[in-house]
Amino acid sequence: MGTPGHDSDLLQPLLDGDRRALARSLTLVESRGPGFRNLLRGIAPRLGRAHRVGVTGAPGVGKSSLVAALVATARNNGMSIAVLAVDPTSPFTGGALLGDRVRMTDHVGDEGVFVRSMASRGALGGLSTATGDALDVLDAAGFDLILTETVGAGQVDVEVAHESETTLVLFAPGAGDAIQAMKSGLMEVADLWVVNKADDVRAEKVRADLVGSLSLHEPPDDLEERVVLTSAKDGSGVGDLLEKLCARRAELESSGARGDLARGRIRRRLTAAARDLVSERLLGSAADSLIDAVVTGERSVHDAAEDILRTDDGGRS
Amino acid sequence: MSRPIRVLVAKPGRDGHDRGAKVVAAALRDAGMEVIYTGLHQTPEMIVEAALQEDVDVIGLSVHSGAHLPLFRRVIELVNEKGLQNTVLVGGGIIPSDDVRALESEGIGKIFGPGTPTAELADWIRTAVTTRREDA
Repeated sequence: MGTPGHDSDLLQPLLDGDRRALARSLTLVESRGPGFRNLLRGIAPRLGRAHRVGVTGAPGVGKSSLVAALVATARNNGMSIAVLAVDPTSPFTGGALLGDRVRMTDHVGDEGVFVRSMASRGALGGLSTATGDALDVLDAAGFDLILTETVGAGQVDVEVAHESETTLVLFAPGAGDAIQAMKSGLMEVADLWVVNKADDVRAEKVRADLVGSLSLHEPPDDLEERVVLTSAKDGSGVGDLLEKLCARRAELESSGARGDLARGRIRRRLTAAARDLVSERLLGSAADSLIDAVVTGERSVHDAAEDILRTDDGGRS
Repeated sequence: MSRPIRVLVAKPGRDGHDRGAKVVAAALRDAGMEVIYTGLHQTPEMIVEAALQEDVDVIGLSVHSGAHLPLFRRVIELVNEKGLQNTVLVGGGIIPSDDVRALESEGIGKIFGPGTPTAELADWIRTAVTTRREDA
């Protein structure tokens, strides 16, 4: 297939499954380049097919390794799978070292696997600002399963849960009392809790502690089911995890919860997109007359803010 | 707003000397670039496929095994095959000057020998990528 020459030509090859067009589309939405809105408009009718799964947890619990193991298992089950791996951008230099691919170098020549590294580019919460758009692009490209791997997450880095239909929170033995530390943040957004590094003898204790701690506020009936032991190293439990992911997807579909999740996700992204547009308006000279009005005491800050939303041209008139 | 320069740093072939590649990866990160590091023992096929998926501006190859000629040439071939001609290729490692001249005439933008100041490398890459993006 020919290489698309311009970004405006990306849509059709992207929808047709061209990998280079997919890669370039991701760059386009990530950098908010010329035409990115057109591309997103073009793919809008094609969204909603992929199961969007977030993978998060503290640094070093084995997110990348588990993602790599899930990729292999999903392929064995005939599912196509994309990975969006987010790593932190330096707040000092703007640079980033994206190292998640080190664990995902198999599958060359396999059209059913696509891995993309993404720098957080200043966004907080464990993802990048463009993650939602990038997930839409991957969805439109036709993957069955999309795994979003966050940066090594802290207690309140729950952004991934807003972008995912299913959120996995990972733990591993030897990570101190991570369970305590994460109690009121990440713990609450998990759909499945995964204790990775199950080949370590201490993993069972971590699992038992986790179940004990969760039983304080989670319904007890299916709790044991929702805590999964895996070893990315020897592959044990990964098949079980994939089965649970597929079962959850089916359940979300049949209960109608999937539509609600999509609406919630869209509401948040709409808010963010609208906020970005308002910020853009305020960056320019457009806001000067409003600022003047506040300085002279003619308007309050809150009145002026409403003026910005009320006028089409951002208060320029 | 110009988007950050994305660089793939890869170690093709069988040698395990990845210190140089890691120094370069860290230096380019500190120069404000997004560096995708793929680790040791990559085939040219793996490297070029990663470059395609990551949509990088630059592929940096480090070889200390002596197999640089076939490895670099295979990467050049695959880059052309996959329509990634706009990607800047750079190399590093222990590479004899005759081979440097040969590879630089065949499609490797520049080969940086041992002792190259990392700032020089970052500057060269920045200039090369800026030129390519303007031409694109």
